[in-house]
Amino acid sequence: MQTESMFGTRAESLLLLQKRSRVSMIWKVIFIFATAVAVLFLLLLLISVIDSVFGYIVVRNEVEVSALVSGASSLDELSRSQLEEAAKNNLSSGILRRVESEKPLAERTDRELRSLIEQYIIKPSVLKSWGLWGSITKQDEIGAFMADQADSYLIFKSWITPEFLINDQSANPLNAGIRTAMLGSLWIIAITFLLAFPIGVGSAIYLEEYADDTKLNRLLQLNIFNLSAVPSIIYGLLGLAVFVRALEGVTSGAIFSSVADTTANGRTILSGGLTLGLLVLPIIIINTQEALKGVPDSLRMSSYGVGATKWQTIWSHVLPASFDRILTGTILALSRALGETAPLVVIGASTFISVDPASIFSKFTTLPIQIYQWSARPQGSYRNIAAAAIIVLLVLLLVLNSGAIYLRDKLSKKKRMAA
Amino acid sequence: MTQRHITHPFGKKHRLHEQVIETILFLCALFSILITVGIAVILVRESFLFFSDQKVTLVGFLTGKTWQPMIDLFGFLPLLNATIITSVIAMVFAIPLGLFVAIYLAEYATDKVRGRLKPILEVLAGIPTIVYGYFALTFMTPLLRSIFGQGTVEIYNTASAGLVIGILVLPMIATMAEDAISAVPQELRLAGLALGGTRIETTFRVVLPAALSGLSATFLLALSRAIGETMIVALAAGAGPNMTFNPFEAAETITGYIVRISGGDVSYNSVDYNSIFALGLVLFIITFTLNLISRKVSSLFYQEYE
Repeated sequence: MQTESMFGTRAESLLLLQKRSRVSMIWKVIFIFATAVAVLFLLLLLISVIDSVFGYIVVRNEVEVSALVSGASSLDELSRSQLEEAAKNNLSSGILRRVESEKPLAERTDRELRSLIEQYIIKPSVLKSWGLWGSITKQDEIGAFMADQADSYLIFKSWITPEFLINDQSANPLNAGIRTAMLGSLWIIAITFLLAFPIGVGSAIYLEEYADDTKLNRLLQLNIFNLSAVPSIIYGLLGLAVFVRALEGVTSGAIFSSVADTTANGRTILSGGLTLGLLVLPIIIINTQEALKGVPDSLRMSSYGVGATKWQTIWSHVLPASFDRILTGTILALSRALGETAPLVVIGASTFISVDPASIFSKFTTLPIQIYQWSARPQGSYRNIAAAAIIVLLVLLLVLNSGAIYLRDKLSKKKRMAA
Repeated sequence: MTQRHITHPFGKKHRLHEQVIETILFLCALFSILITVGIAVILVRESFLFFSDQKVTLVGFLTGKTWQPMIDLFGFLPLLNATIITSVIAMVFAIPLGLFVAIYLAEYATDKVRGRLKPILEVLAGIPTIVYGYFALTFMTPLLRSIFGQGTVEIYNTASAGLVIGILVLPMIATMAEDAISAVPQELRLAGLALGGTRIETTFRVVLPAALSGLSATFLLALSRAIGETMIVALAAGAGPNMTFNPFEAAETITGYIVRISGGDVSYNSVDYNSIFALGLVLFIITFTLNLISRKVSSLFYQEYE
């Protein structure tokens, strides 16, 4: 029997084979491990955000509620008249005058009165905060910290509250909210859509349906791919030089004689929206092209076959057949714009705004910029509201994306029914 | 209508609006060229203003090891150095990991597992970079500091920023590399297996070499993305140029500098204002070149098999 081969004896070959399959096994484990690590990062990311949103905080009030109305331990217990009384007696005359001129105390709701008293009289401040994990595992540390503190109390706080969504910005993390930032984001997205959607879909139709394989058209295509990979901060520089500076008359509203804010100097919602419009334009073009490529040629041919012109074919057959995918692609591009920070910081979005944007010529701040500002501050409790704002941003993105998927499914079902 | 059809039964009717629509669509497509031209013109023009300032010289800019606009020193090497450090850390971390994930998805995972994992990668890719910045600052930095010691690792450091940029580009590398690997014709795999290769031998010696150009294109694009990444370094890498090779020290990158300077109130036509455009030009040239090479490399791949 021939057991010797060029690879050695049979036993040696078997040994080699075992070794090879062992190596194979080890690599497979490495691959699975790598994939697990990638998934782990997503989990860690979410956990680290959620961890900061809930937890114990130590609060110290400048003035206790019991000092305002004897016997009361929280503002919620006070009656309407007690609230008004407390506000009148304890606000300094200057603040009282300003507050009264904005809106008389008598006309304010109970809730507004409570937040007024909290903001100007009680003035709570966070001494220390723990994350969710710390709150559970470091009970001893929290206890030791509390033992050293007089006049302060420990509460378990969720930093995401309805007030957080509707309050405007504040220097105190406990009162700060993201209303102005969310409104700013929505305005910006609207402008971005209005600029990028028509031009983007138009370009894609030209490139997919009209363009012959000429040098110019190949250049157009290459250029779009390159633009989609240009760092977003470069778009910020473009926006700064073009929209904020060169076109200041237009973007500040001066030539329409509707300047919303004389200090905006072109750093307005319009500038921000246009900048992000340029940023997402290549993405919308590429996504729309993909959608148009998905339309079978037989559809075009049958349309031509019954005598339709090119535009009639595109308008009544190609676009309806690909509309669901164009829409999804656009929403994905807009969600990129919603999370974009760097270009808006470069064109000079304002960081502290407590008035709602009134028009496209207003100064603005957006959700990601808020997160950036709050994260960059060293004090602990700003981290907490940054995390809360991140949750809001992620939920918005989730809603946008699942909305896109829902619309796509609904539209394509309708299409199938019609077919 | 019918009348005209009878007079010209087969003639092509001239329709003005068809022409108009095509022209409008063409102009839309031209608009993207306008963006590129706009970027180039503005960066070059403002950079020209920057270099025509008597305090600035091109040689000093390219070779100077100190960036201190206050005392008129404009050497961009410390900024470039920090950009390179963060990007290299990101790539060293993300390329092997991303490649392994891609191999697993393309060669090993069942359809069901792949169907579960790909959406997770897409979710990771869709998270705004500012969230990654927050993650770097509140998770990665404390983690590094507890591993290597509070004394060695500064609060702001390029290692933390680089690692998190790696996490950021990981899903991009994984999905693009998976596409490249899946595009390798099945015949090559079968041939490798038929010659007696194990699955891993076939993957490493047949499939990956065949996908090499697609993979290199992916890595170049990821590198370009890492170099241009802004918010992570702005939050975690530190504010202030620092010529150091120690990844545990704070150092400002090109993008970090641009964001910090433009975030404050800079007056137009000052050297500071012009300097961010000069640095933007550097950034644009680097990333644009990488993108172009990446596209060239990946088009090589398609010529091979199609």
